[in-house]
Amino acid sequence: MIRQLFKFKGGIHPPQHKDVSTKQPIRAATLAKELVLPLHQHIGESTVPIVAVGDHVLKGQKIARAKGYVCASVHASSSGTVIAIEERPIPHPSGFSATCIVIETDGEDRWIENTSETTPYTEMPASHLRNLIRTSGIVGLGGAGFPSYIKLNPAGVEIDTLILNGVECEPYISCDDMLMRERPEQIIAGVKIMRHALQAKRVLIAIEDNKPEAYAALAKACATEGFEVIQVPTLYPQGGEKQLIKVLTNKEVPSNGLPVQIGIVVHNVATAAAVHNAINLGKTLVSRVVTITGDGVAEPCNLDVPFGTPMQHLLDQCGGLRDDVDRIIMGGPMMGFAMHSIDIPVVKTTNCILAATKANVTPPSDIMPCIRCGACADVCPVELLPQQLQWFARAKEFDRAQEYNLFDCIECGCCSYVCPSNIPLVHFYRYAKTEIWAQEREKEKADQARLRHEFRQSRIEREAAEKAARLAKKKAAAQGGGNAKQAAIQAAMARAKAKKTAQGNAPKNTDNLSESQQQQVNKADEMRAKAQQIAADRRAQAQTAMVNKTVKANSDNHTAKDEKE
Amino acid sequence: MLLNTPSSPHFHGPSTVTKVMLKVAYALIPGMLIYSWLFGWGVIINVLLAIVTALATEALMLRLRHRPVKIFLSDGSALVTALLLGLALPPLAPWWLIFLGTAFAIIFAKHIYGGLGFNPFNPAMVGYVMLLISFPLEMTNWPAPLSLSDAHLTLSQSLAYVFGGNLPSGIRLDALTMATPLDTLKTNLGLNQTIQEITASPIFGGIAGTGWQWLSIAFLAGGLWLIHKKIISWHVPAAMLGSLALISLVFYIIDPAAYSSPLFHLFSGGAILGAFFIATDPVSGATTARGRIYFGIGVGLLTYVIRSWGGYPDAIAFAVLLMNMAAPTIDHYTRPPVFGHGGK
Repeated sequence: MIRQLFKFKGGIHPPQHKDVSTKQPIRAATLAKELVLPLHQHIGESTVPIVAVGDHVLKGQKIARAKGYVCASVHASSSGTVIAIEERPIPHPSGFSATCIVIETDGEDRWIENTSETTPYTEMPASHLRNLIRTSGIVGLGGAGFPSYIKLNPAGVEIDTLILNGVECEPYISCDDMLMRERPEQIIAGVKIMRHALQAKRVLIAIEDNKPEAYAALAKACATEGFEVIQVPTLYPQGGEKQLIKVLTNKEVPSNGLPVQIGIVVHNVATAAAVHNAINLGKTLVSRVVTITGDGVAEPCNLDVPFGTPMQHLLDQCGGLRDDVDRIIMGGPMMGFAMHSIDIPVVKTTNCILAATKANVTPPSDIMPCIRCGACADVCPVELLPQQLQWFARAKEFDRAQEYNLFDCIECGCCSYVCPSNIPLVHFYRYAKTEIWAQEREKEKADQARLRHEFRQSRIEREAAEKAARLAKKKAAAQGGGNAKQAAIQAAMARAKAKKTAQGNAPKNTDNLSESQQQQVNKADEMRAKAQQIAADRRAQAQTAMVNKTVKANSDNHTAKDEKE
Repeated sequence: MLLNTPSSPHFHGPSTVTKVMLKVAYALIPGMLIYSWLFGWGVIINVLLAIVTALATEALMLRLRHRPVKIFLSDGSALVTALLLGLALPPLAPWWLIFLGTAFAIIFAKHIYGGLGFNPFNPAMVGYVMLLISFPLEMTNWPAPLSLSDAHLTLSQSLAYVFGGNLPSGIRLDALTMATPLDTLKTNLGLNQTIQEITASPIFGGIAGTGWQWLSIAFLAGGLWLIHKKIISWHVPAAMLGSLALISLVFYIIDPAAYSSPLFHLFSGGAILGAFFIATDPVSGATTARGRIYFGIGVGLLTYVIRSWGGYPDAIAFAVLLMNMAAPTIDHYTRPPVFGHGGK
């Protein structure tokens, strides 16, 4: 049966260069002396180490436990001794360092004793399966590294389709291709477990038509399973989850939404093989197939690499780097990032190490002004207007960029690829996204500060009110006690006043003044009034200054507190 | 080891601005050759003069604006402006007319606005309209198709006329010139003749005037090649020619004596050249797919309105410039629905 396929808008056909690395079968990488295992190798929260420096660990032993929901454990990828838990450079576009567990291998590569249950997966409840997959450290091996157990939870939705993604649309990368050719039975065994966990009605396995050997191998391996293996026409970025779903089912995953909302779950083929190893064989995720390719290495190939192996070690194993290597890219040439050094470890999301010479990548050329040709919009798989987004990013009109759905951009690079003016469009979008995130963080901080301030104000007011109430109460109490005394004093005062009035209290010598005398008196009065006015002004000023100072001191305290927090 | 760390993608396709512009230039060559074959050397002289002027002015302006001369001079955009203007102006026009129009286009319509990519109006059409308004006499002095004229100028005679205004003895100017079919139509309709009476004249041979339809067909071939090469999209030409054909058909049906046929409108004057080469200018036109359709419809309708009821026999330049003004607004209201947003 030939399935009807659909199209997502846009896409490009970059040169493939897959055959560079598919000439040899997958080989096991040699064991490095030192394995560097970052605590954070996936999307989500970091793990917590459960070993200490000096501990001896076995291959497959859990060395860091998952914390939080979006997280997956980390395991020792060979046997040896933990020699450090410290900051080491990790694979990151910015060349960051992060906490890693460093293991000095003992060369025995001894597995931890298999304590897995003998119950077949078909008899395990789905939640138990998911927990096993979580503690086995399995994350999406396609490149994003999202913890897989979450994507095996139907969350109350009836799953119609489980899609297995063997598209591998990025140029140069061939690790999934080789895995499908050589280990199709592992993949199929994994799919069966995934299907069981999801209770999916049907399984579609999608492979681009530039991988006929992989297609044949998988089709043969699942001939009796009722899974549908589909060849899809090669088109970048078809391996994107939402694009692949559109091609196979004509359904669009809502923006900001997940495929599971429309009853579809997509997993990578390598993830399926990892699930099989974990559930059927009790082996935690400790290695993956990595493509080492590009003209920068002498012998491009695919290696089965224990996590934590330094990239330098792998490149040496492939005949070493050539002198004219220009950049080393983790991932493919379209979405991968160029690394600052090769002294960093392979992690769960490392699908490819591309040692590119100048001839392998496009040499830098002049960036011309945008001629508004619209080629970018024609190839955008998300149907955005890359040209307009670029104008907004350049003008720092981030509101408008968001209005034009900047955050739907998947950074696939199609727009940059076709731009005749050679504008680094994706770079502009990353810049705009980063700026927006920074602004949001700032705003959040300001909101929190404002809330704290308001709370403090209300507390001060409340306290002041309470104090006033207390005083008033006290005063009232005092008045109630001394009424007789007060009355006596008042009576005395009234008598004195009456006496004074009877005498006439005006100064005697100011009556019948001459004109000049009167003027003098007036002048004196005037000066006195003026002096009083000046004094009053000064008092007011001093008060204002005082108040200002206090307010400033308060706000200073506040800032200091924010920083501390 | 020093590693390069630019941001992704690390691949770039083969397209460059220069390649795009050169393809547009190549696509104009068949039209230019046919034009020259039908109307003589004046066409080639026009085009070359415009190219020299455009490149010189472009270099001068880049220098004045402190922009890299070599990079921008080789982008091909000045070449395309020159080709379009050279082909739009009457062959055998005096040299200063070409010079003024081209220099004005490059300086005022392009560089004053910020150069490549920043001009809101099509530079060639700005130059054309400036000349049309300032020098109406020279701008309407069209040579007769060679097949209808006894007097032919050789290359050197043509050069002598263009640069010095000297005609060889025995050839009078009015033997060389003849009103265009669109011009004749406009003038004679004003004299209360019917279309049938007017088109009996020999210049109306074929569907759109002797020679003119072949010129249009040559431009059409070049334009289709550009669509095939994905340099332009089909939206603008289809919308412009479609709307021009439709509105002329409506009036032709109402009163065939006063309004000429859709075929005449499509194949005479600059309709085809305008549809594939001028209204498709990406910089000054609409950029979304739906926007380009509205843009093309606007150009087609305005062309018809100005041709039929306006003061000028052909109207591509005015129609394009008017729609250039509307392009940003059109783009604003024709944003395509985004993937995963439920369509619109």
